Amino acid sequence: MSGGDTNDKVLVVSGLSRHFGSLEALRAVDLQVRRHEFVAIVGPSGCGKTTLLNILSGYERATTGSVTRQGRVRMVYQKDGLFPWLTAGENVLLGLRDVPDTMERRRRLDDLLGLIGLPRFADHYPHQLSGGMRQLVELARALAGESEILLMDEPFSSLDYIARLRMRQELARLLAERPRTVLFVTHDIEEAAQLADRVVVLTERPGRVCRALQVELPRPRSLTHPLVVEAIHTVLAEMGLESNSSPRRNGASGNRQKA
Amino acid sequence: MGLMSQVPVRGTPRFLPISLALVAVLVWAAVVALGVFPESLFPSPRAVARGMVEELRSGRLLNDAVASLFRVGTGFALAVVLGIPLGLWLGHRAYARAAMTPAINFFRNLSPLAWMPFAVLWFGIGDVPAIFLIFMASFFPLALAATLAVASIPSVYFRVASDHGIGGWELVARVSFPAILPEVITALRVTAGVAWVVVVAAEMVAGRDGLGFAVLDARNGLRTDLVVVEMIVIGAIGVIIDRLLAGLTRLPSVRWGYER
Ligand SMILES: Nc1ncnc2c1ncn2[C@@H]1O[C@H](COP(=O)(O)OP(=O)(O)OP(=O)(O)O)[C@@H](O)[C@H]1O
Ligand SMILES: [Mg+2]
Repeated sequence: MSGGDTNDKVLVVSGLSRHFGSLEALRAVDLQVRRHEFVAIVGPSGCGKTTLLNILSGYERATTGSVTRQGRVRMVYQKDGLFPWLTAGENVLLGLRDVPDTMERRRRLDDLLGLIGLPRFADHYPHQLSGGMRQLVELARALAGESEILLMDEPFSSLDYIARLRMRQELARLLAERPRTVLFVTHDIEEAAQLADRVVVLTERPGRVCRALQVELPRPRSLTHPLVVEAIHTVLAEMGLESNSSPRRNGASGNRQKA
Repeated sequence: MGLMSQVPVRGTPRFLPISLALVAVLVWAAVVALGVFPESLFPSPRAVARGMVEELRSGRLLNDAVASLFRVGTGFALAVVLGIPLGLWLGHRAYARAAMTPAINFFRNLSPLAWMPFAVLWFGIGDVPAIFLIFMASFFPLALAATLAVASIPSVYFRVASDHGIGGWELVARVSFPAILPEVITALRVTAGVAWVVVVAAEMVAGRDGLGFAVLDARNGLRTDLVVVEMIVIGAIGVIIDRLLAGLTRLPSVRWGYER
């Protein structure tokens, strides 16, 4: 991969493997993520995507290999990551725990709730919100405080299709306001192609990086933009779900990686 | 959750249960009027009403109710204060849980009334044996309910907590406890019902006052009308206790537990 200056890399994974007893979940994964880059990770079920995020967050250990991170990591869960006994506002305040000044905390909370477009829902409990609103509150909590890296494990997979489309736009907008380095695990190849600067395709278990695909297009992107469609096709072809014959355009450039 | 079915269905007229009670009293009065049973075996509504006034005037009824409520309140409060922390602790400690759950389960399934002989031998007559029996009746189910509830807290909550630097006592106070509270409230309601049943039995054996003792005393004096008076009061207080505890389920921070 490109040399680049190492300070620019917020996250460096090298030779990472993870075994669960005799089961090998991840094998020799290498990944370098630039500051404020959006990397989507796709791959078949059970190939170790969640395991990879768990290792990156420090929740699990790698069997071999190393991970270096710069800055604080926040995880966004698939669903039910909000405490149901706290209001939306109180949940977001959890992300502001290390802000010592009460007034400052209050001010930042109001900012965040405004940012996600739910200023009037501070006192609502999660069960009084829709699934999409709950994920927005989760995002606000993850964006609160001084986090640098967001790890998102299928954050929109429990939502319906329309809500997912909307959440992609919201995420792109929020990241424009509050830039973060994002690792985004998804089964939704459309979602990956529409959001990510780079789509990393993992193989069947044991998961290895089998392809990384740059999508050089500013966000927000239209789902039907030719480069997005092209990226979707390339990833589907890589996963053996679509024939490789369709004509290639320039722009979306896949570069094969050494394992 | 069975207790949920007590929430009145929207639009159900409130007068329905009251009219049913009136009909029941009328049927009761009619049966008495037919003279099938002697008055000493089957007191009339009128006799019961008279007995009620008599008991209220003498102040005995109030005394007995206060005595019973004091015993239940003390025994139950002790069980809550000790049982729920024990459950929280066991829920977080797999080895302690494995060691103690069978014992707790054993005592939960042992009728508290079986402790009656020892309660009297150890504590004599009065408040203490009744409080002891109520404690034995409530402590084990509460501890067990809290233990199981902690063990079934979704692990994502603990991950979110550690992501945000919540650990130690703060974890128990801000995550485990609120996470089990809806289930704990349900357990409180069930257990308070059992405790109220137990105090009546305890006072029959080990009391010189209290509603349970009053039932027995009335029977010994062949005052079946007063037996019915005590029965009505015991049932009504039990319902009131449950209604009060049901009020806890309306706390905003526990509603999520009942609306899933
Ligand atoms: N704690 C664990 N103990 C044993 N095996 C595990 C554990 N966690 C994951 N695995 C195994 O590791 C493999 C990868 O799991 P992982 O959850 O990372 O997959 P995934 O790519 O996230 O799958 P999905 O797309 O279905 O979410 C699976 O075969 C799983 O059975
Ligand atoms: Mg997964």
